Amino acid sequence: MAAGVATWLPFARAAAVGWLPLAKKTMPKPPVDSSSRSDEILYVNVSGVRFQTWKNTLDRYPDTLLGSSEKEFFYNEDTQEYFFDRDPEMFRHILNFYRTGKLHYPRHECIQAFDEELAFYGIVPEIIGDCCMEEYRDRKKENQERLAEDTEANELTDAPLPPHSTPRERLWRAFENPHTSTMALVFYYVTGFFIAVSVIANVVETVPCRPPKGSVKDLPCGQKYELAFFCMDTACVLIFTFEYLMRLFAAPSRCKFMRSVMSVIDVVAIMPYYIGLVMPENEDVSGAFVTLRVFRVFRIFKFSRHSQGLRILGYTLKSCASELGFLLFSLTMAIIIFATVMFYAEKGTKSSSFTSIPASFWYTIVTMTTLGYGDMVPKTIAGKIFGSICSLSGVLVIALPVPVIVSNFSRIYHQNQRADKMRAQQKVRLARIRMAKKGTVNAFFQYKEDRVDCTALCVKNRSAFEHQHHHLLHCLEKTTNHEFTDEMTYSELCMTESVGFRTSRSTSLSSQQGATGCCPRRARRRAAMRLANSTVSVSRGSIQELDTLHIKPTSIPQQTRSSLNAQAGDLKLNCGEHDFTAAIISTPTPPANTPDESLPPSPAPIPGILRNTRATAYTHDTFKISSL
Amino acid sequence: MTGCVKRCKQGLMKFAISLHKLVTGTLIRDTADDDMEMTMASHRPEGLNQLEAQTNFSKGELQVLYRGFKNECPSGIVNEETFKQIYSQFFPHGDASTYAHYLFNAFDTAHSGSIKFEEFVAALSILLKGSVTEKLQWTFNLYDINRDGYISKDEMTDIVRAIYDMMGKYTYPVLKTDAPKQHVDAFFQKMDKNRDGVVTLDEFILSCQEDENIMRSLELFENVI
Repeated sequence: MAAGVATWLPFARAAAVGWLPLAKKTMPKPPVDSSSRSDEILYVNVSGVRFQTWKNTLDRYPDTLLGSSEKEFFYNEDTQEYFFDRDPEMFRHILNFYRTGKLHYPRHECIQAFDEELAFYGIVPEIIGDCCMEEYRDRKKENQERLAEDTEANELTDAPLPPHSTPRERLWRAFENPHTSTMALVFYYVTGFFIAVSVIANVVETVPCRPPKGSVKDLPCGQKYELAFFCMDTACVLIFTFEYLMRLFAAPSRCKFMRSVMSVIDVVAIMPYYIGLVMPENEDVSGAFVTLRVFRVFRIFKFSRHSQGLRILGYTLKSCASELGFLLFSLTMAIIIFATVMFYAEKGTKSSSFTSIPASFWYTIVTMTTLGYGDMVPKTIAGKIFGSICSLSGVLVIALPVPVIVSNFSRIYHQNQRADKMRAQQKVRLARIRMAKKGTVNAFFQYKEDRVDCTALCVKNRSAFEHQHHHLLHCLEKTTNHEFTDEMTYSELCMTESVGFRTSRSTSLSSQQGATGCCPRRARRRAAMRLANSTVSVSRGSIQELDTLHIKPTSIPQQTRSSLNAQAGDLKLNCGEHDFTAAIISTPTPPANTPDESLPPSPAPIPGILRNTRATAYTHDTFKISSL
Repeated sequence: MTGCVKRCKQGLMKFAISLHKLVTGTLIRDTADDDMEMTMASHRPEGLNQLEAQTNFSKGELQVLYRGFKNECPSGIVNEETFKQIYSQFFPHGDASTYAHYLFNAFDTAHSGSIKFEEFVAALSILLKGSVTEKLQWTFNLYDINRDGYISKDEMTDIVRAIYDMMGKYTYPVLKTDAPKQHVDAFFQKMDKNRDGVVTLDEFILSCQEDENIMRSLELFENVI
């Protein structure tokens, strides 16, 4: 796949002349080149923009579309040119690649569109020239991150619960996304409240309270109301333990859960209490026990489950770990250097506080971070000079990595904002997409109407593709001996079935299926009117206003049902195969004709929902429904 | 347990590496993102002339077919996911993925896990322009999921259930859970002549030829292209 290998072939063959003197045997005959030697100009028509290039130019890269015989599939005999139905702007860059050998990435184009074009023409993106490679890679990474984020956000949060989920899965989901059920939300807030209570109790119990009678010294509240604080602590720990055990039980992978950060924090938060219970009231050990109580402050980290800001901060720190590490490392170097210098500078003076190099560390840190407590101060002139150098360099060393961290934080924070905004808009987008999709479905119902009661006057405004697609769906119906309906009628059917079935003509016919799919007349008519009044606009598959519709329920001969049932044993074979000529489905245009155009006596195109009401005989009521 | 040990080792390695990075500075580019995905294997079909000779299509038809094919799959091959997606677009009511899976296996005669244009065109040639026997043979292959030469009841049930899945939930009459089974029973009633529980190719072809409806419908899709 070396670039332009075809171009270099004549040169290599010419250089073979150098072997001739050394050869012991005669050279083989050169291959006869049957193709015409003279170069010809090829015409490439990309969506109307005509490009012309030498054939040799395209032949330079034989493993791409234009360089191989694949382009013959796109050759148009009538106009003697290669026609591609693609973007002419992008094609410019592709053709330039053949001409110059360098592929450039146009900065104003969408990265995905560019990638698709490259894939179509069989060009590997890796050969993008150095001038544009950085930009290409950055944009591609950003795009991938964004896509991964979006899919993740979609999957995690508002994904509907999969059916047949075990209680354990449901519990885990309730823990991870508290917004899904009210119980989870309640639990979420209760734990948050108890975390806050626990932290506040920890803080308050060290505050000095008024001493009890007979004592002079101030007592910390923790000792005065020891029992109360102990009870509160117990309650909090019980709740935390319960929560932790529940999470452990519900976790899909317990090993992974136990290693996660939040779980470790949970354990560290509740361990001191249990250790304190077990430990005896020994004087020696209680010193260590007191230190353990410090770990109770880790409970405040449990808030990170509740607060997104904390999580962002943690994530930022994690992602800037390398910058932070660099900062620490360079700081350490500088501290050691300056501490050594200060120590030796101040060594001579008596009563100097710089007793050793480690002791000087404290001074260096305080100076470099511009704190300047003043508990250690240089007294010699050399010490003061080096002290000032130390404080100046401190400012520099700290200021350098900070912008990197800040920009990281800003990027992550904005990403989160964007994710939230997108989630909010997602509902609207999905609703619109669903509406458009319904158009396809309802167009099919329309087709069925027209097939059954179509007279010569019916106006058909559908493309050939739609006709064939609907024929295909019709085949499927005939295969399975069931018909497509929509949601409303389906729920009606279910309801009426469960209510009870009255015998009517249709039941005997459908008994072959063992189905009780017939509903009493009254329910049907009720359903018809209710449905017609409410959802006519949706069934039209368009969002525009509707004119008045003439709805006229008619009765169809019973044979249609029976004919369906008669073919129950028939298996239509070839309905699965279809033409790939129009491989891309676009939502078909909604039926452009309004029912008013058809003559009154002929049955107006009845919206799909009313279709199945024809199974039973109706009186011929024509009623007008005007929709807004 | 060995997984844990391996993960511990990996963790230690990562820690050592990060320590190393700490000391040497972070000016070395991130090497973690350099493993860009290998571009999908792409495939170029045989020449137009060869394909015309191998199939019953004319040049013009092949051109039309290829353009559509290339549009959906610029890389020149269809993998199962793409196939399922394409197929599902035609059946928005229900779930077409199971049937698409069986179709995919029938198209993919080389069992390579992906369909090239030649396989695609070969199958379409049989289906649209082949003789009756060829069409029936192809269909038999489709039904015979495990390619053992016999259609068993289980295989047929799977296929029929997949077809019913495409109908979706909202059907009239309401879809009963045993509808596929009844369908299969009826099918076997007709096809299985010697009542041995399986349908062979000859039984299949014979039974289909006896049925006028099937014969007539086989000609339905003659002039699709």
